[in-house]
Amino acid sequence: MSAPKDKRGRDGILPGLLKGMATTAKSVMRPTHTAEYPHAEPTLPPRSRGVIALLEENCTSCMLCARECPDWCIYIDSHKETIPATTEGGRDRQRNVLDRFAIDFSLCMYCGICVEVCPFDALFWSPQFEYAEYDLRDLLHEKDRLGEWMATVPPPPALNESAADPAEVTAANRPERGR
Amino acid sequence: MTLVEVALRAVSVLAAFLVLPLLVGQTEHKLMAHMQGRLGPMYAGGFHGWAQLVADGAKFVQKEDIVPAAADKRLFRLAPAIALIPYLVALAVVPIAPGVAGLDVPASAILVLVATGVGALGTLIAGWASANKYALIGALRAAAQLISYELPIVLAVASVCLAGGSLSLPTITERWQPHWLLWQLPGAIVFLVAAVAELQRPPFDTPVADAELVMGPWTEYTGLRFAFFLLAEYAGIVVLSLLFAALWLGGWHGPFSEHLGWVWTLLKGFAVAILVIWMRVAWPRVRADQLQRLAWLWLVPLALLQLALTGVGVVMGW
Ligand code: SF4
Ligand code: SF4
Repeated sequence: MSAPKDKRGRDGILPGLLKGMATTAKSVMRPTHTAEYPHAEPTLPPRSRGVIALLEENCTSCMLCARECPDWCIYIDSHKETIPATTEGGRDRQRNVLDRFAIDFSLCMYCGICVEVCPFDALFWSPQFEYAEYDLRDLLHEKDRLGEWMATVPPPPALNESAADPAEVTAANRPERGR
Repeated sequence: MTLVEVALRAVSVLAAFLVLPLLVGQTEHKLMAHMQGRLGPMYAGGFHGWAQLVADGAKFVQKEDIVPAAADKRLFRLAPAIALIPYLVALAVVPIAPGVAGLDVPASAILVLVATGVGALGTLIAGWASANKYALIGALRAAAQLISYELPIVLAVASVCLAGGSLSLPTITERWQPHWLLWQLPGAIVFLVAAVAELQRPPFDTPVADAELVMGPWTEYTGLRFAFFLLAEYAGIVVLSLLFAALWLGGWHGPFSEHLGWVWTLLKGFAVAILVIWMRVAWPRVRADQLQRLAWLWLVPLALLQLALTGVGVVMGW
């Protein structure tokens, strides 16, 4: 159909109306886009930010995450323990023991700064998102709950083949400096 | 008519009045959803959400019935009834099969026109009684719309009455010939457009334009009274569709019409209802001024032309 155009290059009224009907008729014939969520698992994009999982063994209680968190929703308590020297005349060592690690997800804005800033790979993004509560106060999750979510953390994405080598590899492969 | 027969007819008309609009409403839910790439209701009742409108009704019944303090209380309470009941009256005289109608009155075509005209008054009264500026603006728009579109409807129906040589709907349908499809085509288009406008259905829903007027004349209504307005809208679609099927599509005429006449009427009516739904989904809302333009510059002249054509046809004995 050669659509007559008006001065502003639009279709006329009748072609426009017919086009509307044709478009909707075509949509009826196509399958719908709806994913019936509770019955069908949603396909989440990679690196989805569902919840923050804690790998407790890696955490040194350094508090960097708590200090960087923009709305102070990470709570950390820890104490020092002394490990006696293992050899005669050696020096006793001290280490931090994590007593409490909690994230208040009613405040968290999912900025991911804590995950980025953790120097010891103790925090991870998990795509798990089904942890709604009826009471806001129940969204404060302690370290055991955060630890459970570690199971849902996906493996890190494969390295990009065309990416530059890591700095360590480049350094190790650097040719000897000729004198 | 014995008393039993009267009761039986009344009950069956009432049943049709309660069931058919729900059928149209559910069709609209599903068809509109699929036209927009959605699924529509899927849970209520189990199978593809067939009981969604029943559930909606149950919800409406439980809602608080609020009457605004500044409202004209008697009119406010009365308006849903004025909107709803005329369609019940109109539905009673629409013929389904030869000799099968809730009521057979001599000038049923006029009765239907009058009844649907009164039904639209409910919107006006609701808007005026609500004491709400959105409702009032909506009611004013509705009034302007009704005045403009009543005329083309009457002219279009008059043309068919002229062609059939009767004011009784069953008689007109009885005399319907397939060549009317072409002969009465302009009148059919005029009627369809004008009737959709009179029902204030999209694309002619400026009175209830929800982006501008909240919900127009229905803004202040809650619960069951609000539901009655919705029911009136869908009952209006049913009446319009069946009337269109009876007058322009030949009602029960079709293969096996001796036994399956009523099926033909209902099928044709359903097809018209689907067209009405389709128009809602596919087309944008027209502005109030475009609405008036369409009525006075296109529909009225077209209807008059149809009337002249019908006159010529009747004299020539087509
Ligand atoms: S994601 Fe952002 S807001 Fe949430 S805990 Fe981590 S740093 Fe705080
Ligand atoms: S999670 Fe990471 S940044 Fe936070 S206290 Fe533990 S080690 Fe430090």
